[in-house]
Amino acid sequence: MSTQSAPAQGGPQGAPAHAAPPSRALPGGGDQRLHRLVASVVDKPGVLNRVASLMRARNFNIDSLAVSRTDREGLSRMTITLHGDDVAVEQATKQLYRLIDVLKVQDVTSEPTVQHELALVKVRVTDSNRAEVLKLVELTRGRVVDVSAETVIAEISGTEAEVDNFVACVREFGIRELVRTGAVVMTRGGTSIEEAVKR
Amino acid sequence: MPAAGSRHAAAIERAQREMLHEGASSPAVRTGAHGTRQRIGADVVCEALLRQGVDVFFSYPGGVILPLYDVLGDYPELRHVLVRHEQGGAHAADGYARVTGRVGVCMGTSGPGATNLVTGIGTAMLDSVPIVAITGNVPAALIGKDAFQEIDINGITLPMTKHNYLVRDADELPRVLAEAFHIARTGRPGPVHVDITKDALQQETHAGHPSLDEVMAGLPGFRPTMDGNHRQLKLAAAEIAAAERPVILAGHGVLHARAEGELRALAEKIQAPVAWTLLGVGAIDERHPLAYGYMGMHGWKHVNRAIQSADLLVAVGMRFDDRVTGNVRTYAPYARIVHVDIDPAEIGKNVAVEVPIVGDAKRVLAALGPMVEPVPAERRADYLDQLAGWRKDSEATSWHGSGAWRDGYLSADYVVQKIGELTDHEAIYVGDVGQNQMWLARYAGFRHPNTHVSSGGLGTMGFSVPAAMGAARGGTGREVWAITGDGGFQMTLQELMTLVQDQIPVKIALFDNKKLGMIRQWQEIIYAGNYHSAHLLGPDYLKLAAAFGIPAVKASRPEEVDDAVRFAQGVEGPALVWFEIAGEQNVFPMMPAGKGLSDLIEQWGGPDE
Ligand SMILES: Cc1ncc(C[n+]2csc(CCOP(=O)(O)OP(=O)(O)O)c2C)c(N)n1
Repeated sequence: MSTQSAPAQGGPQGAPAHAAPPSRALPGGGDQRLHRLVASVVDKPGVLNRVASLMRARNFNIDSLAVSRTDREGLSRMTITLHGDDVAVEQATKQLYRLIDVLKVQDVTSEPTVQHELALVKVRVTDSNRAEVLKLVELTRGRVVDVSAETVIAEISGTEAEVDNFVACVREFGIRELVRTGAVVMTRGGTSIEEAVKR
Repeated sequence: MPAAGSRHAAAIERAQREMLHEGASSPAVRTGAHGTRQRIGADVVCEALLRQGVDVFFSYPGGVILPLYDVLGDYPELRHVLVRHEQGGAHAADGYARVTGRVGVCMGTSGPGATNLVTGIGTAMLDSVPIVAITGNVPAALIGKDAFQEIDINGITLPMTKHNYLVRDADELPRVLAEAFHIARTGRPGPVHVDITKDALQQETHAGHPSLDEVMAGLPGFRPTMDGNHRQLKLAAAEIAAAERPVILAGHGVLHARAEGELRALAEKIQAPVAWTLLGVGAIDERHPLAYGYMGMHGWKHVNRAIQSADLLVAVGMRFDDRVTGNVRTYAPYARIVHVDIDPAEIGKNVAVEVPIVGDAKRVLAALGPMVEPVPAERRADYLDQLAGWRKDSEATSWHGSGAWRDGYLSADYVVQKIGELTDHEAIYVGDVGQNQMWLARYAGFRHPNTHVSSGGLGTMGFSVPAAMGAARGGTGREVWAITGDGGFQMTLQELMTLVQDQIPVKIALFDNKKLGMIRQWQEIIYAGNYHSAHLLGPDYLKLAAAFGIPAVKASRPEEVDDAVRFAQGVEGPALVWFEIAGEQNVFPMMPAGKGLSDLIEQWGGPDE
């Protein structure tokens, strides 16, 4: 019943008519990796909502997002970590730029950076293992910030891997509660993301 | 703490009284014209509209926006069109903006008034149309308390506006409104929503209006790139120099930037055919020898064929939407792509491109023009001959123009073509959504920019009549035709009364196939003829029009078309032509979903389709 047209004839001059046309590559089909974006945004109510809403609506999966004020009045900073291929993350960056309150977005994934996050872990302890836990916290450059008869709250900061490692170590004692801030990032050396924001 | 707490409680109490319109908190005590009373937030709104050059806006009152209506009488220069549904107001603002290039304005009250605006705001968003939508909200102290008609409209419009605001303090209004208009019209245009609490509308204020410089200084994150990067332009020129089979793709961005002249000049200089998207209709006069045609899902076969065989696409102000590309993997397989767009996020989003150029279409094309080598006509002779042959072939097989379809019923494409001819192709034609929209884009014959209006991105049925209403209020001097299916018409026909009340001269061409035509077509071709809900009952449209007081006429045969169109043209105010068209006519060609531009279905069933 139906008749479909033959594929359009005539490729570019010189292309053999019988050869199958090449397939066009889709943007965003590359290797996934963890990216770290630093967004400098106007410190206004609702800006976090705008960023979060955009990332959700555009199908970008945020791993972590940390927001804080900066040393400059009216300027906030977000550190966003997300998985995606380079093209997809570039698309996320460009979409963020469409937000009126976003001043600058930088993908610092390939730059030398310091990336730290902070975790508080409430570890279950007994009289018999308390000393062991305290020792472990000390060895991992953590800090004990609260002690009770049954628990110790340890504070640890470091790279994601360091925090992961610490959490894995104390897990055998029993974790009652865990909170992590998500990474914050700063580029090493003489550059300043904050100063790069033109006002 | 207790003091603050009781202050808070008092504010809530005051707000609750305000909700009941109690007391004289509004400037009801004024004695005369606006000079003799205090200036309040509502005045700031009116002043701001006038400063922005707004001459008309489309609105509907309600509790929390009444303070604005209370002062409107003091601003006779500001024409208010009382729509019959806020969605109609938003589409009207949209239609106004599309044909004038100015910012359209619509308003509504909180809650249902605001949610009714949403479809219109979304329509403007997906087609990058500059509108400012203003809503009232409950008094600030009641926000978040589920007060009467309170809804988080800011949360609702956030992902579908270019930017939005909630204003609780009248002193902020001058800045916010100036920003709203600046953002709506600058760079890639788009809708901005400003939500204003009732108490802010009533609050006395002395705040002055900012200058444009002050507005821009307050928006450090908003600096659209207008000029193309010189290195990229050089790369584009090199691509063009090397191309043997270039095609220029024109989108809405060309019209937004008013870049028709620059587009034509480039096409002529490099002897490249121009194809256009649905929203790019009118970017080039269709009579121009290099004007090649409408592309995409229901585009012309010859156009899609040219794209599929091109070695270079120069895409300007378009976003490679799925309706344009079909399956991206098979899209324009031999083509390198130069992509010009003012929004960097559009470049590389749907297709990977060789040369991205961020900038305003007019400025980029103006800069690119002198950088490209003129191409002598002989060099393109073979190519353009081949395209001309393809065109002849496709126009002959895409059935149209013979007047009657099966059983003598009117053929829709014939009617569209006739409307185009009888209006000398000089009118503004506002399509709805569905088959009628495709017929309009294909057969009316467009000669001027911004004379074709269509909801392309959101595909909003019911768009046509209210958008035409706004277009007719735009003062372009052109006749305005709303082209609509019977389905879309039944979605927003309440605006007929607005047309009558304000004597807005919209000519409505109702394409009544007694079907949701496009749905029926898909069901026939994709769902094995399972026509669930495709049949659509409608009223006697002559009686309907008569009830509204709109002169109307019916045409069911080809020989009745001319007189019917002439009849509508002869009416001074609004008029309706009821075209009873064939019920089972399809729009061809058609690219089935998931397929590519080379997989067009050209007919189905009998050869008379
Ligand atoms: C608000 C809305 N609802 C549903 C649709 C889906 N839709 C697209 S075309 C169409 C049929 C349109 O029928 P009609 O208005 O009679 O126009 P025709 O296709 O017959 O020209 C429908 C239901 C839509 N685009 N918009």
